[in-house]
Amino acid sequence: METYYDPKDLGSFAEVAKDAPELAGKFFAYYNEVFAEGELTEREKALIALAVAHTVQCPYCIDAYTRACLEKGSHLGEMTEAVHVATAIRGGASLVHAVQMRKIAEKLSL
Amino acid sequence: MPMAANGQMGGRAFHEALERHGLQLTREETRVLQVNVGLACGLSCRHCHLEAGPQRDEVMDLETMEAVIDCARRFRFESIDLTGGAPELVPDLERLVRALAPLTGRLMVRTNLVALDGARGAALCELYRELGVALVASLPATNASQTEAQRGEGVWGRSIEVLKKLNALGYGMPESPLRLDLVSNPSGAFLPPPQQQAEQKFRSDLFRRHGISFHSLYTFANVPLGRFRSFLERSGNLDAYLAKLSDGFNPCSVPGLMCRYQLSVDWRGRLYDCDFHLAQGVWHGGGETHISALAELPPPGTAIPTADHCFACTVGAGFT
Ligand code: SF4
Repeated sequence: METYYDPKDLGSFAEVAKDAPELAGKFFAYYNEVFAEGELTEREKALIALAVAHTVQCPYCIDAYTRACLEKGSHLGEMTEAVHVATAIRGGASLVHAVQMRKIAEKLSL
Repeated sequence: MPMAANGQMGGRAFHEALERHGLQLTREETRVLQVNVGLACGLSCRHCHLEAGPQRDEVMDLETMEAVIDCARRFRFESIDLTGGAPELVPDLERLVRALAPLTGRLMVRTNLVALDGARGAALCELYRELGVALVASLPATNASQTEAQRGEGVWGRSIEVLKKLNALGYGMPESPLRLDLVSNPSGAFLPPPQQQAEQKFRSDLFRRHGISFHSLYTFANVPLGRFRSFLERSGNLDAYLAKLSDGFNPCSVPGLMCRYQLSVDWRGRLYDCDFHLAQGVWHGGGETHISALAELPPPGTAIPTADHCFACTVGAGFT
């Protein structure tokens, strides 16, 4: 079956450098620095990345950061809770706009 | 955006990786004797390279134990490491442990924890405490689901109970000389976290949730042999896992590899360079030798046979 996403494509990510090497170089240098140990550990950063990956719904990122989380010592309970954090913020962000809806409806209503 | 991954599939030959870095696998001084006392075990962990389990009845007999004891007397190893299977299931284990303890600087026994449950387990704990035996216990994760996925249903709760009992006996307590170390192998086709980070996390998780203390944690990659290899094949992970191991070859890990410092002996008394070669039948010295026929320790510089499973020892920080 043909699909747009093939898991093997993840391995070709570096090829984006082919036609704009300088920009790619800057991006990857920044990227690697972001994920290096700093105030947060590499494990914590991978958990954040996993949650964000679910928010942007990127299958490449979900694949890469599921592996990264496991290899950095996070377990499935922690990873699932991280995804719930993303879900809560994502759902909450919609729900909190109900305040606008209610305000406008109130203004329009008798 | 995901990190760039190496899409190469399929492993390379280990001897080629050594050659590429101008390295050879040769012995240093042999300081450790590892004794695999048998393949009988109460568990059937899904990563076991030896396919040990309740259906196996191969265990070391008294005659072979006496040959091991003689060898320990002749050569005085810095440390002796008893492994299995579950050593606790070997009927004459007490004879071996009592005889070896005074013959080495450090006698350690590997345990799956569950086998230290019950009356025989309690008696063995007392024996270990009396003789100052160091314990090395398997615990893959700090949560029930991943522990049980690797080691079987019900193992988590029983392991935690045994760890608490060991702490109560003085094992693993911060200032105690009764050494309790943990070993964590990943519960799947992925590599382990760096040891120090994992140790911190295990220490805080186990103490915060269960009040359990231990001395050190060792993280090791799973070796693609035995039951773990079958899992890799069945789950379609074999090629990617082998590629991951060979891509992660770290030449700096070679000086510390355990095969450079130890001899392994199986339940029948036959010699190998390590427990993985034992699982695969790769003899020490190129041919079958019984421990009773070992006239001298292999001199430094002796070549060690390699196999592609050696990549599991040289990935990342290495298997020492
Ligand atoms: S499997 Fe590991 S310990 Fe055994 S010979 Fe190979 S490198 Fe050495």
